[in-house]
Amino acid sequence: MSLRPLPVGTDLPVLLPPATALAKRAAQERLLGNPIATLDPRHAALLFAAFVCAAAYAQAQAPVSQPPIIDTIWKWTPLLGTGFAFNIAISALAMAIGTAFGTLLGLAQVSRKNAVRKVAWFVTNFFRNAPWLVLLFYCMFLLPFKVTIFGVSVPLPDWVKATFGLSLPVMANMSEIVRGAVQSIPSGQWESAASFAFTRRQTLWMIILPQCIKRMLPPWMNLYSILTVGTVLVSVVGVSEVMTLTGDVLASENRADLLMPFYFYILAWFFLYCYPIARWTVHLERRYAVNF
Amino acid sequence: MQQPIVSVKDIHKSFGAVEVLKGISFDVANGEVICIIGPSGSGKSTILRCINGLLPIDRGSIRVANFQVEKLTADRDIIALRKEVSIVFQQYNLYPHKSALANIMMAPVHVLKEDPREVEARAIALLAKVRLQDKAESYPGELSGGQQQRVAIARALAMRPEIILFDEVTAALDPETVGDVLLTIRELAEEGMTCILVTHEMGFAREVADRMYFTDGGVIVERGAPAEFFSNPRHERTKAFLSKIL
Repeated sequence: MSLRPLPVGTDLPVLLPPATALAKRAAQERLLGNPIATLDPRHAALLFAAFVCAAAYAQAQAPVSQPPIIDTIWKWTPLLGTGFAFNIAISALAMAIGTAFGTLLGLAQVSRKNAVRKVAWFVTNFFRNAPWLVLLFYCMFLLPFKVTIFGVSVPLPDWVKATFGLSLPVMANMSEIVRGAVQSIPSGQWESAASFAFTRRQTLWMIILPQCIKRMLPPWMNLYSILTVGTVLVSVVGVSEVMTLTGDVLASENRADLLMPFYFYILAWFFLYCYPIARWTVHLERRYAVNF
Repeated sequence: MQQPIVSVKDIHKSFGAVEVLKGISFDVANGEVICIIGPSGSGKSTILRCINGLLPIDRGSIRVANFQVEKLTADRDIIALRKEVSIVFQQYNLYPHKSALANIMMAPVHVLKEDPREVEARAIALLAKVRLQDKAESYPGELSGGQQQRVAIARALAMRPEIILFDEVTAALDPETVGDVLLTIRELAEEGMTCILVTHEMGFAREVADRMYFTDGGVIVERGAPAEFFSNPRHERTKAFLSKIL
């Protein structure tokens, strides 16, 4: 793959610095085939500074009789930690379900059967364009609280329903990632596989998909980052994840000055979890961009 | 004369409204090397793809060995045909996620269901034959164009075909590596492999071909033995083409 570098710069002096930066960025993104992840260590420093400022400001405002804010945060950390672990668990489960069904849906989108392709396209676009919160509410209220399979009752607690709700948009996005990757493989690969009499299934699983994995990995990890941040949505439907617990803690402490430090604290956790994923994605993008 | 191994009779092929092949007929005897030349878009590559059944034809008939190509529908028959006829592409189309050795072994193991150990021994021998024995573990991305094309030829040979189709196999290569690929093809021709070459390498065609075909506008304009074909073409169109290219 040979790429012509984009012309960098412009004749309009007024536009020079932003235009040059944009052109550079566009050239890099063309090479990657994906938008560049924009999180960098400066954001971490900013977030940390915001947390410290909020805590210090709140401390300055707090009545002397109250315990220090840092102590309060520390006291509740174990509880918030369990909530955060729940967020991670929901994100991992929703990602697993979404990836499995999304892959099948994506393959259906490149099926040779017209009807299968159309149905898959419709399902993908329906769930991709529906707001996550709406899908979440639908799952919460439309799924029963228990299902009976072969006489065995399986309870469906709220968090399971919420996980299904989140896995729907993941599935739809995964479907698009798979479809895009399959279609990005040069047609010569299909033709060469056909000339050796590989069946369509063999061609897909042995020749096309292994080449797709490299291309799918970065957008897939991106999707996971978005999903992890999105898990706080389930607090709206009453699942006791980190946001719900933070609300409970604030209600029981009944101190307005704790609001800012606590939410910045939670924000920092999400950053610490998602940032390495984002950096690793960038690393993988760079690595695989040059291979093909 | 013995029965031809490939017999193409009056084939027609259209892509949408464009008729690319307008009645092509020719025979290829066992062990013969034929070269098809002609301007771009004259349907040369389409002929090759029709012969191994990659493209269905609209009219006419193609017989390869004992197969009536246009009538094959069952997977089993198509596998049997593809075992007889291998094709080497202009863009190599090696599988980039597999090593050179794995590229060669894949179709015999997974399509023909042959014993992997046996196939591996054969693949190593084939790599030696195309003078790439030390590149068995290299990936296509690590090989030059000429080396990739020779791996592609070895991959085609691994099916033990009776006929090999070469679709402008040197057109995408830099001049330095063309020689290695042509040498490999010449060795095959000398061993008696039936070859159908679409090529722009006139010097090479003259040297290895038993018979030349010149196509233009979807028909065969001229055919003949290479000496006669190059030194004394009869048709004006052939003369014009050759004068431009030689």
